[in-house]
Amino acid sequence: MTSAAIAAADRPAADTADPAEKIRIRGLDFYYGDAKALRGIGLSLHQNRVTAIIGPSGCGKSTLLRVLNRIYDLYPNQRAEGEVLLDGENILSARQDVNLLRARVGMVFQKPTPFPMSIYENIAFGIRLYDRLPRSGLDERVESALRRAALWDEVKDKLGANGLSLSGGQQQRLCIARTIAVHPEVILLDEPCSALDPISTARIEELIDELKDDYTIVIVTHNMQQAARVSDFAAFMYLGELIEVDLTSKVFTAPRDRRTQDYITGRFG
Amino acid sequence: MDLYAARRRRNRIAQGLSVGATLFGLGWLVLILAVLLWEGLSGLSLAVFTQMTPPPGSAGGLLNPIMGSLILTGLAVLIGTPLGILAGTHMAEYGRYDRLTSVIRFINDILLSAPSIVVGLFIYEVMVAPMGHFSALAGAVALAVIVVPVVVRTTEDMLVLVPKELREAAAALGTPRAVVIIRIAYRAARAGMLTGVLLAVARISGETAPLLFTSLNNQFWSLDLNAPMASLPAVIFQFALSPYADWQKLAWTGALIITFAVLALSIVARTLAAPRKSS
Repeated sequence: MTSAAIAAADRPAADTADPAEKIRIRGLDFYYGDAKALRGIGLSLHQNRVTAIIGPSGCGKSTLLRVLNRIYDLYPNQRAEGEVLLDGENILSARQDVNLLRARVGMVFQKPTPFPMSIYENIAFGIRLYDRLPRSGLDERVESALRRAALWDEVKDKLGANGLSLSGGQQQRLCIARTIAVHPEVILLDEPCSALDPISTARIEELIDELKDDYTIVIVTHNMQQAARVSDFAAFMYLGELIEVDLTSKVFTAPRDRRTQDYITGRFG
Repeated sequence: MDLYAARRRRNRIAQGLSVGATLFGLGWLVLILAVLLWEGLSGLSLAVFTQMTPPPGSAGGLLNPIMGSLILTGLAVLIGTPLGILAGTHMAEYGRYDRLTSVIRFINDILLSAPSIVVGLFIYEVMVAPMGHFSALAGAVALAVIVVPVVVRTTEDMLVLVPKELREAAAALGTPRAVVIIRIAYRAARAGMLTGVLLAVARISGETAPLLFTSLNNQFWSLDLNAPMASLPAVIFQFALSPYADWQKLAWTGALIITFAVLALSIVARTLAAPRKSS
């Protein structure tokens, strides 16, 4: 057994009760210009669960994640076809307001991206977009987001300092705090630890585990140990297709597809 | 080993040539500054900043052209900067992938290197001739036409340099596009955009040709935008060509003032553009 498989087997089994479905993806195709990057993806994402999307570079994991908050909309030659239902509503429809969607579906990126402003303003920025709060209310929201992201104790005495002055791991937790400050329902994590050292990575993984009590979490990761450690469900993608999805413990110990097995045992990718 | 020795020799020759070229170029610059200081410094006195341009043979200063240059430059920046920033913002943010944007960029680059005398003639045709007289306003507009392409170019370049990750991160919070631009992109590009404006100021503060057709010159104190106005470059032009020694002296002093004002502006611009250390 690989170490990832052992980590997955060691994990306490997720609640056996069927979790509620938050997002359902049906027949999703995605194009960069003429190049087809996703082919007929069908996948369900469950509330209060962590779903990991794994697969070799270029398989479309990040692309799939970027469909879920329609961030690809920023680029004119990218388009998605098919259905992505968030609480039953198709978010790919032209009627969907993308800003409201993104307030419900937050995203944390691979590279920490603090805004060029103070730590406090980094968090307050998103809150102010949708809520008009008195100063004290805003202070509370900022504090609770920072506490939630396990960053409060490290920054409470320098909230006025520039966000860029923090270390890489702190910056990434600042970005997570910024995301949860706007009270989203779903959090998308795009390789959130790939630029971080092992200690910062461990902190973020703990954080993910805590956050799933309140959110639906989808994480894209290159690191199979990480997928095994943090996720309840794992989806394996290859060449733009979804090969298999199941409980993480099953995918890592008894994959049904040959390609999944080859990948998790390190034969390619 | 032979190969390595030959490479070292070639390296030394190339290095010698480039150092020589640098020294040659810098030498002229030092000479220019030295002559300016030599000729101009002796004429520098309080009177230069408090008195009007004199008739030949009497004492006087450069107050009216200094004031005129400040007004013309200030007005030109006031007109040109918002236009340039808006156009640059459109090109970098809304129209980044449009074909039209590359056409605009091409035309803007032509405008950027257009001879300034052409700009002067153009404004003469569209403003001075219809109004029937030279005016400070026409001068400011002519200078603004020079400001716009500089600001368009730097604004676009600086906004394009803002990492797309930052824009995506802001958009991912549900931030409307205009807010992303104003609160995030402008903030990240602020130093570079300001540098562009300062460079434009440095560029126009020495321009003479467009002013000769527009604001002309004025021997007297005037703040009337609808009348001809004195400016340092125009006064330098007139005084330096004159046969009177005291006028020539004032021209040198004026040249010194412009040069050092531009130098100071460039240093400020450089300092702002330098990557700031995170506190």
